[in-house]
Amino acid sequence: MSAHPEAHGAHHAHGHDDHGHGDAAAHGSLKGYLIGFILSVILTAIPFWLVMANVIDSATGTAAAIMALGVVQIIVHMIYFLHMNTRSEGGWTMLALIFTLILVAITLSGSLWVMYHLNHNMMPGMSPELMREMP
Amino acid sequence: MFSNPDVLKFIFGKLSFDSLPFHEPILVATFIGVMIGGIVVLGGITYLGKWGYLWREWITSVDHKKIGIMYMILGVIMLLRGFADALMMRGQQAMAFGENHGYLPPHHYDQVFTAHGVIMIFFVAMPFVTGLMNFVVPLQIGARDVSFPFLNNFSFWMTVAGAITVMISLFIGEFARTGWLAYPPLSGIAYSPDVGVDYYIWSLQIAGIGTTLSGVNLIATIVKMRAQGMTLMKMPVFTWTALCTNVLIVATFPILTVTLALLTLDRYVGTNFFTTEFGGNAMLYVNLIWIWGHPEVYILILPIFGVYSEIVSTFCGKRLFGYTSMVYATVVITILSYIVWLHHFFTMGSGASVNSFFGITTMIISIPTGAKMFNWLFTMYKGRIRFETPMIWTVGFMLTFVIGGMTGVMLAVPPADFVLHNSLFLIAHFHNVIIGGVVFGVFAGINFWFPKAFGFKLDAFWGKCSFWFWLIGFYFAFMPLYVLGLMGVTRRVSHFDDPSLQIWFVVAAFGAVLIAAGIGCFVLQIFFSIKNREKLRDVTGDPWGGRTLEWSTSSPPPDYNFAFSPVVRDQDAWWDMKQNGYVRPLEGFKAIHMPKNTGTGAILGALSIAFGFGMIWHIWWLAAVMFLAMVVVGIGHTFNYNRDFHIPANEVIEAEGKRTRLLGNQA
Repeated sequence: MSAHPEAHGAHHAHGHDDHGHGDAAAHGSLKGYLIGFILSVILTAIPFWLVMANVIDSATGTAAAIMALGVVQIIVHMIYFLHMNTRSEGGWTMLALIFTLILVAITLSGSLWVMYHLNHNMMPGMSPELMREMP
Repeated sequence: MFSNPDVLKFIFGKLSFDSLPFHEPILVATFIGVMIGGIVVLGGITYLGKWGYLWREWITSVDHKKIGIMYMILGVIMLLRGFADALMMRGQQAMAFGENHGYLPPHHYDQVFTAHGVIMIFFVAMPFVTGLMNFVVPLQIGARDVSFPFLNNFSFWMTVAGAITVMISLFIGEFARTGWLAYPPLSGIAYSPDVGVDYYIWSLQIAGIGTTLSGVNLIATIVKMRAQGMTLMKMPVFTWTALCTNVLIVATFPILTVTLALLTLDRYVGTNFFTTEFGGNAMLYVNLIWIWGHPEVYILILPIFGVYSEIVSTFCGKRLFGYTSMVYATVVITILSYIVWLHHFFTMGSGASVNSFFGITTMIISIPTGAKMFNWLFTMYKGRIRFETPMIWTVGFMLTFVIGGMTGVMLAVPPADFVLHNSLFLIAHFHNVIIGGVVFGVFAGINFWFPKAFGFKLDAFWGKCSFWFWLIGFYFAFMPLYVLGLMGVTRRVSHFDDPSLQIWFVVAAFGAVLIAAGIGCFVLQIFFSIKNREKLRDVTGDPWGGRTLEWSTSSPPPDYNFAFSPVVRDQDAWWDMKQNGYVRPLEGFKAIHMPKNTGTGAILGALSIAFGFGMIWHIWWLAAVMFLAMVVVGIGHTFNYNRDFHIPANEVIEAEGKRTRLLGNQA
């Protein structure tokens, strides 16, 4: 958000420079951005190729491969564009990332578990097989 | 040309004269009352020539203290609205038996209970909690402001914009009739074709932006701007609970945003995420919204636990018992609050294995909460307790909250929940913890920090009146609901047939009247305190014998909070400084770098109201223009480089010199 320079200025004036919460986040280099950009392009091109050239026979396999490439893409973005590593901000960014991953895992796995049971118990007439036969 | 329906539809969307509720005498009377009140207030401001002052000193202010105070004012105003809804419901249920159908038709009653829930959670409890954190946290950690002062102002005005959107629904169109979480399929376009649910969606989405950004802001503030020496385990407990709450906000509000966005797509463009047809599944909405909804209740209560911790240790004159366990309990509650959401829908049919998992995790949460309760009790044990107004609110909380906690554990047992689910027992339970926990804590906090914000204490007599009316009124209003719930009376019913139930509802209505007296006493307390402010004046800045850094500066604090950043050596930093003969620096003041006020936040808030109004009424041109305007104003603000200034050293010397003289007169 636009308030960043403001805060930055305030930060210095407040004399908080010396309170040692670790290093500031690294600001990337041209080389880093280029590596990230090229990796992103490659990781984007592969899914298109997988689908258009019909490389993997099963549709599920293709979907799984695209999902896996998506995860790699996320990691590339975090390292090269968001400059995340274990040291920046005194480890706070890493801590935030781990916390986020735990919460996302809880939310996704919990929802899948809950919704599987709910679907199984409460919506017997709406299985995908029966849905295909709907008008 | 203007009678052409297509043109009218383009200009006004779904809006027409029929949208205005002329046929509802209650609303017409309310509207006239609001208009008269509004004209008096606006006219008064104009007469006194205060518009410029309001704009320069408050509306555009990026000072965290002023924004915090404005959040509290928003909370009080919305409390009056939400409580008016409560009185209407209590009145209706006390009279609508047998032949008598009461004065509220069902479609109106349904709007009233929905508005009550939405307003009380989003526009009363949230502003109160955010306001307290905004005001207190930077002072407690020895900072001069939050990390992103403009963002703070913007967050506040987005919250206000959401509140105004809800208020507009009172007079133009109608509000949702779905209950405060707007479950589909009822909230879908098939069963709620009118604009009520749209008002609900857009007011929450607009306010949600403010809440999320203010969460980001406060996390950054607490992590990055603590005074020198204040390690994590030396942070005051209120700051710890604020940190955990804001982590919860940032992690969960996006889930609410996405869930509501999916519902919006269902309603606006005909997708089928939550419909009953074409593979849609309404149960997914219930699942998603409670993944946000359960952490939300901890967002409300955690900072209030922090408030009680500060008050107990201050008014017992002792260091808080079990600081470390308090911190760990807070963190454990933060994590556990994510894995209990299914207890809100045990009866939806997920079966024994799922229900038992979530039942057990829910019961486990009572352990860290109970640990906190013992910490407060042991802090009081052998303390020199001063029963000032904040402390009696705290004791009232401890007694009341424990009852609410125990009925909560009862509800956590899935077989019991099958009996109690959706009954008035549940209503009694959550009012028991929200009123007995959050509301009491907010009043305790207001009484505690008011002298810091304004430089004079609140009147103790009216404060005690307010407390006793609230406490006794609460028991009268909600104990009958426990009884009715155990007898099987369900919630959200506007008419009953069994006359033997009526007496319980009459008692509950009496309790609501007592609470109304409590709110009245609070208003009188503010009035008389302002009137007698010279007598209640505190020049020391430390009226209660405080322990944390906010009491080390003057009351009200100068714009820059601290002339020098304090150095912290102990968890009760100010207490430690007082014990070790801290001497206030009298010279060596330097110019202080400060952020400049900006009107961008208020402008963006106003534009977002118009944008929401356009979306609600399908006035697409308005929504498009306003959205574009928001983007332009937002980008335009980034080119504003004139955003900071220095308070010159001589002004700092003058302000600090004034304080030195005041302190000298004292001694």
